[in-house]
Amino acid sequence: MEWLERNVPKLVLAPSFVAILIFVYGFIAWTAWISLTKSRLMPKYEIDGFGQFERLFAAPRWDVAMNNLFIFGGLFIVISMVIGLLLAIFLDQRIRAEGVLRTVYLYPMALSLIVTGTAWKWILNPGLGIQETVRGWGFESFTFDWLIKPEMAIYTVVLAAVWQASGFVMALFLAGLRSVDTEIIRAAQVDGIPNHRIYSAIIIPTMAPIFLSAFIVLAHLAIKAFDLVIALTNGGPGYSTDLPATYMYAMAFSRGDLGQAASSAMVMMGVIFAIVVPYLYSELRPRRDH
Amino acid sequence: MTTNTLLRWGLYAVLILFAAFYLMPLFVMLTTSLKSLEEIRTGGLLSLPREITFAPWAEAWSTACAGTQCEGLRPFFWNSVLMAVPAVAISTVVGALNGYVFAQWQFRGANLFFAAILFGCFIPFQVVLLPMAQALGFLGLAGSIPGLIFVHVIYGIGFTTLFFRNYYVTIPQELVRAAKVDGAGFFRIFFAIFLPLSLPIITVSVIWQFTQIWNDFLFGVSFSGPGSQPVTVALNNIVNSTTGVKAYNVDMAAAIIAALPTLLVYVVAGKYFIRGLTAGSVKG
Repeated sequence: MEWLERNVPKLVLAPSFVAILIFVYGFIAWTAWISLTKSRLMPKYEIDGFGQFERLFAAPRWDVAMNNLFIFGGLFIVISMVIGLLLAIFLDQRIRAEGVLRTVYLYPMALSLIVTGTAWKWILNPGLGIQETVRGWGFESFTFDWLIKPEMAIYTVVLAAVWQASGFVMALFLAGLRSVDTEIIRAAQVDGIPNHRIYSAIIIPTMAPIFLSAFIVLAHLAIKAFDLVIALTNGGPGYSTDLPATYMYAMAFSRGDLGQAASSAMVMMGVIFAIVVPYLYSELRPRRDH
Repeated sequence: MTTNTLLRWGLYAVLILFAAFYLMPLFVMLTTSLKSLEEIRTGGLLSLPREITFAPWAEAWSTACAGTQCEGLRPFFWNSVLMAVPAVAISTVVGALNGYVFAQWQFRGANLFFAAILFGCFIPFQVVLLPMAQALGFLGLAGSIPGLIFVHVIYGIGFTTLFFRNYYVTIPQELVRAAKVDGAGFFRIFFAIFLPLSLPIITVSVIWQFTQIWNDFLFGVSFSGPGSQPVTVALNNIVNSTTGVKAYNVDMAAAIIAALPTLLVYVVAGKYFIRGLTAGSVKG
């Protein structure tokens, strides 16, 4: 009885412990194992070496997917951060109706990426969307057909993703701006330091952890962005907007190539690992203020 | 006019321009869903409907075809409800208890385990997709709503644990120590002291989990069967259905229907939604 009482906390955690151990770490191990075998339609368990990875890196479609990840990820993160910071600073200027504007900026984050993709697919379709509307205003030669141009389609994914996430970045930055000590700001104002200097020299440097958090969240979204591509372009035209996530899905569920699916998932895992582990390390390090 | 007022006007102009950018797709979805196909073909994308029709909404809800099934979004909408409600409830309860242990009942190895859970929040789900498909088959849960609930609970407890742990850490440990001296046990302390303080963080956790699970597509498309598809999967099927004339108005009505629950949650409890999104990102 006393043993039970002493161990209640551990017993409460036990189911989660087992679940995480199996369904996160066990499953990662399983996928890693499969990525080293010759599995096709059915899993095989004889280790074969790095053949799957060689095939993966030689596949033109994977090349496109990785390139797209860097184009999409890079642009998506940078543009969302810039817009988010800009809007946060602007909203911080004692704006009337700030609450309404904040709600408007942030609501896309509440939507499913499938809804976002569906909406933008309709807006960007050259036949009846923006292109046709602007032509109807008299600009007969106006062209905006990125959605059907293989070399431009990935930028429509960037556009829709920025639309969805930049308001969220704004909310993060605004919360950060508001948490800066007002005493310091007032002291700087009394000293006659101009507003833009207060931002660039005092407020923004103290927000470094928030930049990091925003970056992590956005990078994470970018690597997992699967739904948006499926709904907006379905990877097309051809496979020009494939991302590693859609490549993996295609291999797993329509091509029946488990080995390729597993090895591409492991590469995704590696990319996330490289970004998240340093972050988690800094998060979990004992803090000085505690 | 001084430069200062000019600057102010510019500020508002930029802010309103961005508001228009964020609102435009919603506006287009709404107006398109209320137009007839005839009007969509002849009128502009941004024009208001000349004649409002609710027929696309009725079709989207009850007769639109997703693949070969022509029952509209309705059955899938209820699938999502049946999936989301238990999954949200279970993952929140588990997260609350886990967070309580991590914050107030530290034991050797707890920090390592917490780090392991936290890391689990960040894995790309592609890495567990294949073995999970096998495991669900093994458990007899393949293609079923209980299977989807199971998956959402497993991969949701990381975040809910994080929310509750970060919230309970701020409650002084002396409180627990004093209660222990008075002879109260683990659960007694939880129900008498912690639960009554938990309303804000429960709200955050419920809203976060609900939006995540309702909006999920990857697990839905990977692990559901014909009878258990969630609304996001059905929406994608309706939009990409190749049979018949492309009914953009029905697509848009379906998209709004699928988005309505999370939008509603957001409008009603947006403050908590923001807090949930920023939890852990902004250290107070």
